[in-house]
This record gives sequence, C-alpha cells and structure tokens, in this order.
Amino acid sequence: MPKITYIQFDGTESSVDANPGTTVMNAALDNLVPGIDADCGGECSCATCHVLVDESWMAKVGQPSVAEESMLDLNPDRQPNSRLSCQIPVTEDLDGLVVNLPEFQY
Amino acid sequence: MSEALKTSDIVLDPYSIPLDSKFNVAQGPLFEHDAHWAYFDRLRAEAPVHYCDESEFGAYWSVTRYKDIMEVDTNHEVFSSEGGIVVADQDEDFELPMFIAMDPPTHDDQRRVVSPVVQPINLAKLEGTIRSRAAALLDDLPLGEEIDWVDRISIELTTQMLATLFDFPFEDRRKLTRWSDVATADEDMGIVESEDQRRAELFECLTTFTEIFKERQVKPGNNDLITMLAHGEATRDMLERPMEFLGNLILLIVGGNDTTRNSISGGVLALNQHPAEYEKLRKNPALITSMVPEIIRWQTPLAHMRRRAKVDTVLNGQSIKAGDKVVMWYVSGNRDAEAIEKPYEFIIDRAKPRQHLSFGFGIHRCMGNRLAEMQLRVVWEEIMKRFDFIEVVGEPVRIRSSFVKGYATLPVVLHPKK
Repeated sequence: MPKITYIQFDGTESSVDANPGTTVMNAALDNLVPGIDADCGGECSCATCHVLVDESWMAKVGQPSVAEESMLDLNPDRQPNSRLSCQIPVTEDLDGLVVNLPEFQY
Repeated sequence: MSEALKTSDIVLDPYSIPLDSKFNVAQGPLFEHDAHWAYFDRLRAEAPVHYCDESEFGAYWSVTRYKDIMEVDTNHEVFSSEGGIVVADQDEDFELPMFIAMDPPTHDDQRRVVSPVVQPINLAKLEGTIRSRAAALLDDLPLGEEIDWVDRISIELTTQMLATLFDFPFEDRRKLTRWSDVATADEDMGIVESEDQRRAELFECLTTFTEIFKERQVKPGNNDLITMLAHGEATRDMLERPMEFLGNLILLIVGGNDTTRNSISGGVLALNQHPAEYEKLRKNPALITSMVPEIIRWQTPLAHMRRRAKVDTVLNGQSIKAGDKVVMWYVSGNRDAEAIEKPYEFIIDRAKPRQHLSFGFGIHRCMGNRLAEMQLRVVWEEIMKRFDFIEVVGEPVRIRSSFVKGYATLPVVLHPKK
C-alpha cells in the first residue's frame, strides 16, 4: 500500500497507508490528518485541500489541469508546487510521497 | 392590511397549479411567506432543470438539485457571471461592474487583491476584537423582556465587523447597514421611495469611500480592504472607473453584511424550532464548531446565484441555449435528500457539515466563508456563556426577496444562565 506523508506547517508529520484509487485528499480525511478541510468533498471547487508537493516528487505527481489551475490561481500565496490534493490520485508510483500543508490553510 | 393583500397575490400550494413554463419560483412574496419550500420540492422531483418563460425578470432556467447546481457553479467556461449574478438584470443606465459579476481574467486579478484580508491566517488577528465587541453587546441586553434580535444583535454585530474590515469611522457604521439594504432593495420592499433616491444614496456611498480611498493612497491603513484596493496592482486606478469602484464596494458591503446578519438570526430560529438540538448544545457547547456550518446550510442566506450560458449546452437532459439565464437555487440544493441526509432537519452534529451550497463552489465561491464561520462561532460561544435560552416569542418578519433570504425582525426574550 502506498505510504503518504503529510507535514503540518508546525513540522508535525503524519504518515498514512493509502489505497490505490483514492486521492491524497481522501487519504488525509480517512486518517484524520488535520489541515485539509475539503469543503466540497473532492470536486476541485473549494480549494481547501491545498498542498505543497515536495520538490523531489513534482515530476511524478504532475501538473494541475486547467480547472485546478483556475482554483489555485485565486490564491495570492500559491506556489509553483501547489496542488489540490483532491486532484492527485494515489497510485503505487506515489509510494513515499511527501506533501506539506501551507500556513494559509489554518 | 397590505400583508393580507400580498398573500392573496401568491399561490401558497404549488401542487394546485400546473408545472408548466409559467411555474415561477422567483417571487419575493413566496419567500416572505416562507412558502417557497414546496415549490422547490416539486421542481426537484418533477422538473429539476426547469424553464420559466414569464416572470418579472424575464425568462430563466431554474436548477434545483445539488448535483446539477455543482455542475453549473464549477463550469465557468460555459456558465458566465459576466453582467450580473442575480435573477434580476441590472438597469442598463446604472450598471455596477463588480468582480463577482466578471469572468476570468479580470475576476481573478481583482479578487486576489482583496482576498488576503479574509484568509484564515489574518482572521486570527481579528478574533479578539470580534469577541470583545460581541461580549459588550450581549452584556448590554435587557433580560426577560421582548427585544428585536435582528436590530439589537444581528445587524449591530455584522455592521461593527464591516466597519473594522474597512477601517470605516466607527460612529458612522450604520451608514454601511443602510447602503447594504439600499443596494439589494427591490422597489416594493419599502426601503427606498424611488429608484432616484436609491441611486442618490449609493452615490453618497461612492463619495464617502472615494475620500477614504484617497486618504489611504497617501496614508495606508492597517490591512483594511480600502487600503488593499488603493494599493493593489489590479485595483489602484479604480477611482478612474467610479461605477466599478462602487460595484466592488457594494459587493464587499453586502457580502459581509446581509449574509452573516441573517445567519445570526437564522441560528436562533433554527434552535427554537428544534428544541432537542438546543438541549444538545446546552449539554455540549463544543458542538458550536459543527453547528455553525449547519446554520449556514439551514439558513442559506442567499437563495440563489445566476449565470448566463455562453454556448448551447445540455444540463440534466435539458437543452439550454446560448444567452439563456440559468439560476442556481442554493436554497433548494441545500434541501436535496440525494445529497444531504434528512435535509429538512437541523442537526448540529452532522457528519461533513461543510458540504452545503450556501457559499457556492468554484472560482466565485464566497471569499469570506471562513470569516463568516468565525463570526458565528464567536457569537455563539459568547451567547452560551450568558444565556440558557433565547426564546423566540413571535413570528419573524421575513424579507420579500428571492435573493436575500433573511429576517427584518425576530422578537425574542432572553433567559440568563441559571
């Protein structure tokens, strides 16, 4: 099972085992990882599951879609490695993924 | 007397009339008489994407199911906000451009300028001020006698908050309330005498804020909205476009005022109508966290938002033509049993309480949603410290509007904690 690590803004780490086929957002919700509100339930339409993907994982995670980009772009503090975690499907390839939770989401 | 006349103008039972293209939910009196629910129940069940070809606002589509509303709200390429976001069109000779009624890229550029003021990280700085003001207001209320909750608490508190966000002269803050009311007033609501008076008052708003804007250009304030507009790259030349400046002021005033005001009142009413939930809250005030989004769902302070189709499209089997008005009835989607369990019940410890439509979704999602939740949370925390029961002692007077869903008055008697 792919392991995903979420690092809170204060440095606290939570590692969870995620089922392939779920999303990085749902894996956080299922394991009560704080900092991801996910108001819309995974529809790419509220931007409350914002994560900063660890630089070394950027290539594997890939770029946001046009729809995701339009949500990210509303946030003046978005970064080049910003993604909405509801739009990152969990695959075996992402075993070991590290994402950071941004300060502005608290 | 006039109330009785108004009631006779509307049909209270939607099952007594045919569900055809004359079936019209965009009628203020339906909401004033709390008679809209059955209309939407019928539309959701029998015609979830419904075309009304005759209303005081012209022809429009009604979208009433949660899932379909989500589809429209998140598809801004097809469903445009350009030119207006309510079922009523703006008067051609008095158009107020504002970023909520724009598409990307202008929408994004202007929204980015003001959105930092309501990001969670900045809200934490405001919480202490909100709490001490709420506490002072609540301490001042008379016990055991009838008062109007809307005027004494809901209006006063949201107006104080708004004055803080704008860094507006505190003693003049009721002007903000007045401008908010005037901006959303229908002609028959009794708020203004005439359209001329309405425009005159809105120009007074523009003049007042133009002076403040000029001051803040040279002497920036402390993280307030006007300072942000005066210095933001996409907005600092806005005085050259006075109608756009006025439009955005109205957006920020109404957005931060009516909505929270009516949710503060709505929460009191909801708890009175669901005494078992009130008891749950007394036993465990920590439930305020999940009660707050539930209040916002239950109240749905803005009943709808409107889009206009940019191209021919199909929504849930219905063919919508380019140029058609499409109204998303959030008030209906928030009672859709397909999406929300027991939607007519007010349940303060719901699972996933934030999955409701009141803030909209997509790029126009309410910018101030976390501020609204914080205000409500602080108010309820302070209320529960002081009062055992805020007893509603009469029928509220509801607002005659199919857009702003709220209360003009709500009579209550306060019972202190024993």
